Amino acid sequence: MKLKKLILPALSFAMALFVGGLLVALSDSKVLALKSQPLSMIGKGFSTAAGAYWALFRGSIFDPQLAEGHFFQGFYPLSETLVAASPLILTGLSVALAFRAGLFNIGAQGQFIAGAIGASWIGFTFELPIVIHAVAAIVVAMLFAGLYGGFVGFLKARTGAHEVIVTIMLNYVAGYFLLWLLSTTAFLRPGRQDPLAPDVRESAQLPHLFGPDLRANLGFIIALIAAAAIWWLLSRSTWGFRFRAVGANAAASRTAGISVARVTTSVMFIAGALAGLGGAVQILGSEPAMTSGVGGSFGFDAITVALLGRATPIGTVFAALLFGALRAGGLTMQASTETPLDLVLVIQALVVLFIAAPALIKSLFRLKNVDEGTTVASKGWNG
Amino acid sequence: MSTVEVRALSAPERRRKRGIITMASLGAFALVIFGLLPKTGEPVTYSFVLGNEWVLAKEIIVNSKTGGLFCAVISLLAVGIATLQFRARKTSRAASALFGASFLMSFLCWAAAGKFIPFTGLLQGALFLSVPLIFGAMAGVLSERSGVINIAIEGQLLAGAFMSGVIASLTQNKIAGLVVAPFAGAAIAWLLAVFAIKYGIDQVVLGFVLNVLVIGLTGFLYKKLLIPYQSTWNSGGTFAPIEIPILSKIPVIGPTLFAQSIIVYLMYVAVIVIHVALFKSKWGLRTRSVGEHPTAAESVGIDVNKIRFRNVLIAGAVAGLGGAFFTLGAVGSFSKEMTAGKGFIALAALIFGRWSPLGAVAAALIFGFADNLQGLLTITGTPIPSEFMLMAPYIATIIAVSGFVGRVRAPAADGVAYKRGGGSH
Repeated sequence: MKLKKLILPALSFAMALFVGGLLVALSDSKVLALKSQPLSMIGKGFSTAAGAYWALFRGSIFDPQLAEGHFFQGFYPLSETLVAASPLILTGLSVALAFRAGLFNIGAQGQFIAGAIGASWIGFTFELPIVIHAVAAIVVAMLFAGLYGGFVGFLKARTGAHEVIVTIMLNYVAGYFLLWLLSTTAFLRPGRQDPLAPDVRESAQLPHLFGPDLRANLGFIIALIAAAAIWWLLSRSTWGFRFRAVGANAAASRTAGISVARVTTSVMFIAGALAGLGGAVQILGSEPAMTSGVGGSFGFDAITVALLGRATPIGTVFAALLFGALRAGGLTMQASTETPLDLVLVIQALVVLFIAAPALIKSLFRLKNVDEGTTVASKGWNG
Repeated sequence: MSTVEVRALSAPERRRKRGIITMASLGAFALVIFGLLPKTGEPVTYSFVLGNEWVLAKEIIVNSKTGGLFCAVISLLAVGIATLQFRARKTSRAASALFGASFLMSFLCWAAAGKFIPFTGLLQGALFLSVPLIFGAMAGVLSERSGVINIAIEGQLLAGAFMSGVIASLTQNKIAGLVVAPFAGAAIAWLLAVFAIKYGIDQVVLGFVLNVLVIGLTGFLYKKLLIPYQSTWNSGGTFAPIEIPILSKIPVIGPTLFAQSIIVYLMYVAVIVIHVALFKSKWGLRTRSVGEHPTAAESVGIDVNKIRFRNVLIAGAVAGLGGAFFTLGAVGSFSKEMTAGKGFIALAALIFGRWSPLGAVAAALIFGFADNLQGLLTITGTPIPSEFMLMAPYIATIIAVSGFVGRVRAPAADGVAYKRGGGSH
C-alpha cells in the first residue's frame, strides 16, 4: 500500500469536514446573531463547528469523561464504532465485489433486509445449542440474501434487465415485505402492535469481545474474516480472476471462454450473501429485535463505503471503520451539541463526491502526479 | 399461429408475443379468481358525485361476482383484439390499454365486494398522487433522452420541495416559492451535469450521492431551522384548487382533471410541451440524436455536451417544480424526506413508459392509481395485505425491464459520457 494512494481520500475527507463545519457554523442561530461583528462571528462559528466535531470524536473514539473512573471505559465509544462498522464492512464488501465484476449492486439494502429476516427468524423461533444456533442463523441469512441477490444476476444474464433498476425496485419490495411480515403472527412480538419482532434467543447472539460492558462483538471479527476471504477470492482464486476479467471487459471474457452469465449470477449471489451476513451480524450482534427500520441507510452507506475504499477489501474495511465512527459519533454529537445527525450524511456524500471526481480535488489543491486509483467507469443502462 | 406462416419471428415480435401471452394468462387469472371462484356476489357501490359537477349518475351498484366476471371477459376480448392486430402486424396500444383498465376494474369489483367506492374521488386522488411522479418522469425523459442518466430525480424533487416551502414561508408569498422551486432542482442538476459531463463520473453513482447530499442537507436544516422557528421558516401554506369554468362541471372528468391547483395545470402544460418539442422541434431531434448516437450528432456540427448540459438543467428545473407540489400543492409545510422515494417511482415510470413522455405519464398514472387504491382498500379492508399492493409498481417495473411486456430499451448512449471527437471516457 503506497502512501500516495492515501492523499486523495485524506484530502477529500478534509474537504468534506470543512464544508460540513461551514454548514454547522452558518446554520447556528447564535452565530447568525453576531452578523454585525464579522470577527466575533467567525470566532463563534469556528468554536461551534469545533464543538460539534469534538463531540463527534468523543462519541466515536475516546471519551475522557468516561475514562476518569476506569481508563478502559474511555474506549466505550471505540467499541460503538466497531459495532457500527461491522455491518458496514460486510455491505461495503458486497458492493465492492460487484463493482469489481462490473456490476453495480444498489440492492445491498434489500439483501441486508433479507438476511436480517433469515437471522431473526432462526434466532427467535428455534431452540438450538449455543454455537450451532448462531451458525444456523447466519447460514440461513446468507442463503436468503444470496438468493435475493442471485435472482438479480440471473435476470440480468437471462433477459438483460439492468441490475441497477432491478435492485432499486427489489429494495422497496424487501422493505414492504418486511413490513408485512412484522404484521403476521409468526413475526410480531406477542402483545405488540408496532412492527417489532421478538428478541433473538441468547443462544444465537454473538458473544461480546471485551466483556459485557462494551458492545463490540464477534460480528466485527466475522466481518474481518469475510474481508480476508473476499481478498483471497479476488486476487488468488480462478473464480476471482474470472470475476475481474468480466468486470474489465465482458466481451473479451466471453471470447476467452468465460461464461459471463454464470459469473454475473454467482457474483450477485455472493454479493447478496455478504449483505445478508451484514444483516445477520446486525441482528445477532447488536439489535436482537428486528424492526421495520432494520435496513436503515445501509444500502447507501454500503455504496459510499465501497467507493471510498476503492472497491478493494482492505480499503472497504478502513472506509467502513471511518463511516462507522461517523455514525457512532454522530449520535453523541446530536445529543450533546444539538447538531443533527444528518450532518453525517452530508459529510459522507461529500467525501464520495470528492473522491469520485479526482480531477476536482487535484485542481483545488493544484496537485500533480497523484494516484487516482480506479474510479468506476461510466457504462449506462444498456451496458 | 396459422399453419401458413413458417417464417421465424424477429426478436421484438417474440417479445410482443410473450407480452400477449402474459396478458392472456392475467386475463384468465382474473376470470377464475375474480369472476368464477367467489361463491356468492356482494353488492359494490360506486359513487360518482364529488362536488357540484353535473350529475349523470349518482351511484351504480354492481354485484361483485357479475362485475368481476364481466370485466374479466372484456379483458380477454382485449387480448383477442391484440392477438388479431399482432397477426395483422399492427400496433395494439388501444387494446392493451383496454386490457389494463378492464383487468383493474375486475380486480376492483372483487376486492371491494360489499364495500362503498367513491369512484370519482379515487380517480382524483390517483391524479393527485401521480403529480410528483409525472414531473419526476418528465425530468427523466429530458435528461435521459439526451444521454445522461438521472437517478437524482429524488434529490431534485426534495430540493424543490424544501426551497419552495422555505421561500413561500419567509416571504409569505406562495408564488415566490413556486418560482424558486425550479432553480433549486436545477442547482442539483447543475452538480449532476458538471460531474457527469465535465468529469465523466459514473452517472448512477453520482445521482445516488446527490440524493443523499440533498437528503442530508434538507434534513440538517429542517432540524436546525425549520423545527425551532416553524412560524417564520416553515409555514408556506398551500395553493387553493382552481375550478375551470364548464370543464370542471363534466361528471367524473371535471373534478378529476379540472379542479386542481395551479401546479397541476403547469404539469399539463409541461407534459404537452415536452412531448411536442421532443418529437416535432429541432431541439427535440438534436436531443434524441445526442442520446442515441452522439458521434453522428457531432459529425453534423452539434455540440453534444452543450445540449446534454442544457437538458440536464431543464430536467432539474422540471423536477424542482414538481417538488413544490409536496409543500405548496399538498401539505403546506416541509417535513424531513417528504418525497419518500417518489423520485425512484418516477424513475420506474420512466422505464415502464419506455423513455417516452406519454408512456411515462401513463405509467405514472397507473402507479398513482395503485397507490391511492391501496390507501382506500386499507381503510375499507381487503382480501390482500396493503403491503403487497404497495409492492405492485416495483414488481411491475422488474417485469417490464425483464422484457415480459415488450421491448424496453434505453436511449443507446444513455449514461455514457462523451468526449469531443467521438468516443467515451
